Amino acid sequence: MVRVTTNAHATRGATDAEAEAAAEGRVYNVAGQDWDEIVAGGDEDRSGSEQIVVNMGPQHPSTHGVLRLILTLDGETVTEARASIGYLHTGIEKNLEYRTWTQGTTFVTRADYLMPMYNEAAYCMAMERLLGIEDKLPERAKLMRVLLLELNRISSHLGGIAPFGLELGATTIYMQGFRMRENVLDLFELITGLRMNHAFIRPGGVAQDMPAGGLEAVRDFLREAPRFVQDLRTLIDRNPVFLARTQGIAYLDLQACMALGVTGPLLRGTGLPWDLRKSQPYLDYETYEFDVPTQDTCDAYGRYLVRIDEIEQSLRIVRQCVDRLAERTAPNDPWLIQDAKIGWPARLSLGPDGLGPSPEHIAHIMGQSMEGLIHHFKLVTEGFRVPAGQAYVPVESPKGELGCHVVSDGGTRPYRAHLRDPSFHHLQALALMCEGGLLADVIPAIASIDPVIGGVDR
Amino acid sequence: MTQTPGGEPPAVEGGGLPARTEDDQPVAAPVVRRGMFGVHDTPDTSGYGLLQVRKQPPVSSEPPYGGYFDAVAQALGGALQADGIGFSDAIERVVVDRGEITFHVRRERLVAVCDKLLHDPALRFEIFSGVSGVHYPNEAGRELHAVYHVVSITHNRRIRLEVGAPDADPHIPSVTSVYPAANWHERETWDFFGIIFDGHPALTRIEMPDDWRGHPGRKDYPLGGIPVEYRGTKVPPPDERRWYA
Repeated sequence: MVRVTTNAHATRGATDAEAEAAAEGRVYNVAGQDWDEIVAGGDEDRSGSEQIVVNMGPQHPSTHGVLRLILTLDGETVTEARASIGYLHTGIEKNLEYRTWTQGTTFVTRADYLMPMYNEAAYCMAMERLLGIEDKLPERAKLMRVLLLELNRISSHLGGIAPFGLELGATTIYMQGFRMRENVLDLFELITGLRMNHAFIRPGGVAQDMPAGGLEAVRDFLREAPRFVQDLRTLIDRNPVFLARTQGIAYLDLQACMALGVTGPLLRGTGLPWDLRKSQPYLDYETYEFDVPTQDTCDAYGRYLVRIDEIEQSLRIVRQCVDRLAERTAPNDPWLIQDAKIGWPARLSLGPDGLGPSPEHIAHIMGQSMEGLIHHFKLVTEGFRVPAGQAYVPVESPKGELGCHVVSDGGTRPYRAHLRDPSFHHLQALALMCEGGLLADVIPAIASIDPVIGGVDR
Repeated sequence: MTQTPGGEPPAVEGGGLPARTEDDQPVAAPVVRRGMFGVHDTPDTSGYGLLQVRKQPPVSSEPPYGGYFDAVAQALGGALQADGIGFSDAIERVVVDRGEITFHVRRERLVAVCDKLLHDPALRFEIFSGVSGVHYPNEAGRELHAVYHVVSITHNRRIRLEVGAPDADPHIPSVTSVYPAANWHERETWDFFGIIFDGHPALTRIEMPDDWRGHPGRKDYPLGGIPVEYRGTKVPPPDERRWYA
């Protein structure tokens, strides 16, 4: 038996390799571009099965970041698939313990960078539960959160579907998907100032009101969006190549989902309509009209259909948000909690030299109110105290249940913050999806989980 | 801890403590913090130098817990009783706080409790939502905590389990035999907190490199960092900056 390992970063010691050679037959280590030497080496004993261990990643375009897979192949069949993560670990959770609660939003937004709004929302809502201000959020803040979350669901799903096409070799799907995603990012840029890493959802509300012309821009997008979605559906839904690559591939049925705690589109792809927005509503989701799309094929194709259906449902919710926001015409409608001890004191405004605290606020604290100045300084440098305790708030993110577990010791910084990221959790199911299948089907399996390594590693 | 200029502050009974009710017993509780505002090196001019903050007694809730929590507690107690395990034998205490219920489980009973939570028809917590480690260096005898969240789709419920282990014996049984999804979460908690999950199929590091030393999530593990130079002055790294406890 011949065992070939293609591991460019072989870490095993010589003794391990020797012991393994004795146990499993001859082992070749191939680092790349030296296959000819192996073949020319003329090994007479090449009968029987040949196992090849392929190191896929961490730098592989279809691994959604720096995911590394160690695949054992028997011919083209994957006999063992192991995911190795940690290549993008940035210590977000540890860093949070050294910043104020407000500063934490800038860190969590960078975890899963394709759904920054969800990280911020889960973190802020967990903090708000600790503060006991969940029912004091202004209506406008909740509306804007839902608006941004659902827009983010669209952009995240497109960030899953479009590269899916690219990984299967279809550049048109990629370009069409990213064209629509670009429109969502334009809206984010208009509303929050940034295309990603927004840190826009803040404790007690959101950082800014809807800018002038914001609602019109969202309405323009809503007019265009159904056509974009229809273009994608025409391109993908009955595309014979796409169907051949996804139907019956990466099978994961309800029983497996339950055993592995899988949620999100993977679970809804098995026919179970479990959606936290319906079952455990937050941010008044129970007042919106939308459906929970499901499929019962348990395969990569079904998950794609769930995602594209969810884009359409998210557009429905965004439409309702825009209507509700447009109805709120009262002047000075607050978008941040009316609690001077928690709400950020400064209002941002765009001046000739960039974004900064508004001139009115500067004039107020510098010219009129010493207390206002002290208060501003204390709140920004020291932060606010959060009563001791712990909270876990889950939200239905595009990828499944995203939870934030926060512990406070009563101080101004989180004692511990932990993001339960759906991508991290779901990558555990990859082995079940891939083993026994073909090597080529590993790619759609990863894409159907839609992991983002920023969230996996945090 | 603040270095008070006069050394050890006078041991006045309850000195510096806020007013307390009769049934509290602050005297026996150890002091967990002295002073205020986290002043370390400079003399404390805040006037709070003699303040002593004593350890709070563990919070505990008594039934009725409200909502579906009572149904869960009763079903769990009944299921455990059927196996000859008393409720208080498995659950140290129950905390209901901010609309969430926490069962503090004795670590030797964790797997039995999880088994009941998953398989009992009245409980049916199918979805395992992960493990989060927390390090409390001041909680002598139970410094390391593992916090589990489980969801029931059947009954639309969510509960939390919390297990403590001493730093000197950081062993907690693995729940992977009941919830296979705990696999990576337990590896992560081992990686960051050094909790050894007995019975885990392959308890190896997952986020940090295999040869990493130490467990970075723990409170005694420094954040690290380099000072930031800004217009001729140096801002210390985040873990060395002055902060407000």
